[in-house]
Parts: sequence; structure tokens; C-alpha cells
Amino acid sequence: MVLVYINSTTGLSKAALETVTYGKKLGGDVTVITNGSASNEQLAQLGEYGASKVLVDRSVDGEDPQQLARLVAAIADQISASTVIFSHDIYGKAVAPRLSVRMKAGLVAGAIAVPEADGSIKVNVFSGKAVGYVNVASAKRIISLLPNSIQPEKSGSACSVEETSGLAGASSIKVIETKKPEGNIPLPEAELVVSAGRGLKGPENWGMIEELADALGAATACSRPVADIGWRPHHEHVGQTGVAIRPNLYIAVGISGAIQHLAGVNGSKVIVVVNTDTEAPFFKAADYGIVGDAFEVIPRLTEAVKRFKATQH
Amino acid sequence: MNILVCISKAPDTTSKIAFTNNHTQFDENGVQYIVNPYDEWYALVRALELKETIGGSVTIVTVGTATDEAVIRKALAIGADEAVRIDADPKDAYFVAMQVASYAKSKGFDLVMTGKETINYNGSQVGGMIAEAMDLPFVSLATKLDANGATLTLEREIVGGVQVVEVSTPAVVSCAKGMAEQRIPNMRGIMAARTKPLTVIPAEAVEDLSSYVSYSMPNAKSSVKMIDPSNMDELVELLHNEAKVI
Repeated sequence: MVLVYINSTTGLSKAALETVTYGKKLGGDVTVITNGSASNEQLAQLGEYGASKVLVDRSVDGEDPQQLARLVAAIADQISASTVIFSHDIYGKAVAPRLSVRMKAGLVAGAIAVPEADGSIKVNVFSGKAVGYVNVASAKRIISLLPNSIQPEKSGSACSVEETSGLAGASSIKVIETKKPEGNIPLPEAELVVSAGRGLKGPENWGMIEELADALGAATACSRPVADIGWRPHHEHVGQTGVAIRPNLYIAVGISGAIQHLAGVNGSKVIVVVNTDTEAPFFKAADYGIVGDAFEVIPRLTEAVKRFKATQH
Repeated sequence: MNILVCISKAPDTTSKIAFTNNHTQFDENGVQYIVNPYDEWYALVRALELKETIGGSVTIVTVGTATDEAVIRKALAIGADEAVRIDADPKDAYFVAMQVASYAKSKGFDLVMTGKETINYNGSQVGGMIAEAMDLPFVSLATKLDANGATLTLEREIVGGVQVVEVSTPAVVSCAKGMAEQRIPNMRGIMAARTKPLTVIPAEAVEDLSSYVSYSMPNAKSSVKMIDPSNMDELVELLHNEAKVI
């Protein structure tokens, strides 16, 4: 039996569909446990991705990993789950380790593929500079799946949804305030990202980056120096010490490509680099390179994207 | 407030990453080890700031062999009061967490801090595992931390934003960027670190839950395709038809 935990407080995220798809690929029956406010109708859709049943505890707000670990452990016990799957997001990083101790189940953190023929599971190590294969020795295992590692796949039809409660105990975390910038695509979930660095010369020049991102439907990001001097907010900083992302497309504008920056983006499927300096190290990690002045290239690229989008409708 | 900061060694960011023994072991040849940046810059420095404002002590703990003592002395030079080395080769996150939890349980720390992950294994596992083993609340990916008596006020990363939360001590916190600024040890700190207490304690027997069976290097990127800066329609066409990402 496979148990998948998803957080559905803001509806069904792509990461949630990926984890259910992953569970289905492991074979066997897939049960989903979730908390939050997604409607039963929405939750039933998880059946299309391979779930045979969804259990929802609407009394748990999902803010306390200790509560979630108790809830998931209780359900895993009830259904005799041998594998529990999380997305390697804030839940996979907070709840899965707790559950690993609670269930004495080996944890594969940040899986990027389905298990190999020998049962080992591939993960990124050394900040994406290498991959490792993890073998779990315990009878039960927990896997947290790095977002955007597999694509959601439909394989079935809507499934049953049942309410559950009374398994999670009390919360020990009191929420004072939640701040979410409106309308922005969260960086770790974005499939397309436009990022810029010191080459842009000042925060007043970010308009063209935002216009390109808008045209593409992309999120915006930045390099560390730009966040450190306050041109852009810290949550946009990608790299070794900031956020590590692995979008389908990463466009880097005016970023030289220091090793610490590459460590945060080297999982991107396709990298486009725009830089005036032909010697910028980032070109070595790029799929497509443009040597040119961002102030000319980016508006031109935005126009080209708009022309392309117009032909797609 | 008595704080325990968990530190791990990690290869310097610029280290060449290679494997030996038929791709089953990290090649340490020529590798410089540093204190894992998340443990040092964020967890340790914030712990020291808290001690400086509200008093108490900062103890660092690592699970490692005698060769890790240089890294421990560096953390002491930054300002920790004392260090504990649990003498074992850290097998996996579970092994490390069980050792730290077992030590911490006996000492009654008010707060246990870790970095959000190490830069070599990137698992983000140890903090949550310690919390579960000690049956304590866990706040992960914290970017701010203040203490008022037995109440901690924290800001933490959530999907698409940040959240301010309160939790009572004792608690476990994993620390991310924003928590503190890097501190460079000064000569006085380096001298003082030489004589600070470093206690070595034996490891407990813990069963293996997981292990790395092998490693490999990701496929090298094929060489970059250069595009004429005046022809952005070509780039869009390639992204659509060749790369298939838009």
C-alpha cells in the first residue's frame, strides 16, 4: 500500500498531482491523506491521477508538522502502508523527517525519479553537482519527491473522498500572521523563470524583466548580490544560500554565473543566458546564449514572445 | 537561554566533486571542509546574537570523526562557548539525529538549532528528526527568530510567502537565509577557541535506515548554442520547437 500526503489548503497544486502520479507508478493501491479546504469534488479528481481513495481531515490547519506527522502515521498504520510519499517542499522538509523517526522508516529526501531496477532511488546531491542513489534498509520507506521531477499523468477516474478526524492531536504552533504576495507565482513551483543580476545596473531597470516574465507567464528571480543590496526582495534570490529551483526554462539576464548561483539553478531543464561578457562562466552551463546588451535584447525578446503567443491562440 | 546548535562539515563550495571506489564514495582528495554555511551563517550566528542580548550559553554539537575538529574549532572561534563531538562516522540523517537527540535530551536545552540543509546532501532531514525523537515542536525554514521568556516568535518560509508563528520552548528550529549575517572570526576568537572545551562522547548504536549505494555525475550539457542578439524570434522558435519549454 502507498500513502501520499498532500497539502490542499490552496487547492490542488501541480506538486500534489506529481506525488499522486509517483505513487501510482510505484504500483499498488494509492491512498491520499490531506488536510485543508479543497472541496470534495476537487479532491475526488486525484483519482484521475491514480488515487483509489482520498482521506481528508478538515480540522487540521497544516501549520504544525508534529500534528501532521501524527495524522499521517496513524493513517499509514490503519492502511498498513509500506511507502509514504511527500512533495519535497515545506511539508516534505518538516513532516517527512518527523514521520521517518515515528515509523522507523528510511527517508529518501528529494527523489528525482522512480526507483531504479535495484530499488535504489535517485536524488540530487552536492547542490545538484552530482546524483546519488539511496537504498532504504527498513521495511517501510518514506520518499519526498522534488517538485517538477515527473509530470502528472492521468490514469483513472474520480475516486471516493472520506472525512477523518481525531488522529492529529493538538497543534503546538500558533500562527500570528501569514504574508503572501498577491498574484505572484511562487518561485519553487514556477515552470518558467526570468532572473536578473547586477548587469541590470539598478532596481529601476527591472520593468523590462517583469514585462518579459508577464509575456511568458514566468516568475521573476534574482542573483544574490542584487538581493543583498536590496534591489529585489530576498525571496527572489536563487542560488546556494537562497532558493534552489528547477524550472523547465531559466532565463538569466546580466548574471555572470558564479558557482554558488549555478548550484541553485543547475537542475533547470533549459537555460538561456544573456550577457554582454562573452567570457561569463554562465555560458558554459547554458543551452542557448546571447552576447548582447540586455537593454536591447530583453525588450526585443519580449516582443518576439508576444508575437509567438499571438499565433498560439 | 541555553542553545544547542548542530553543525556539520561540508566541502567548500568550490571543491571539485568526484567519486572513488567504483563511484560509491565521495573523493575527499584535495577537498577543503568548512562549517556547513546554513549551520554557521544562520543557526550559529543567530544563537550567538540571542545569547548576547538575553544571556545563556551556546553549545555546538557535531557527529563526526577526529578529523572534523578543525571545523569545530572554527565554530568555536566564531563565538560558541563549548563543543561536543559525538564520535562516529555519520551514516545517514537518521543516525545523526538519533545521536544528537540522545545527547540533547540529557542536557535540557531550551532551543536546538540546525541549518535548513547541508550543501552536500541537501536532505533537510536532521532538524525534523531530532524534534520527533525529542517529542518537541519543530519550526522549519525559519528566517527570523526572537525570544521572549519561554515564547519564540519566528518567521518561516511557506509556499508562496512567509508566516509569523509563535511556539513555546523547548523547541527545534531549522534556519534559512535572513536569520543572521555571516561573522568572520577575529584573531581573539581564534585564540580563545583553542582552549574552549571540546568534549568527545561515544556514539550510541542506531540501526541503519538508509545508505547511498552509488553516485554519478549528471550528463554534461551539450555545448551552448549562440543566438544572434538581433534575432529573438529565432530564440523563441528554438524554445518552442527544439527545447519544447514554451
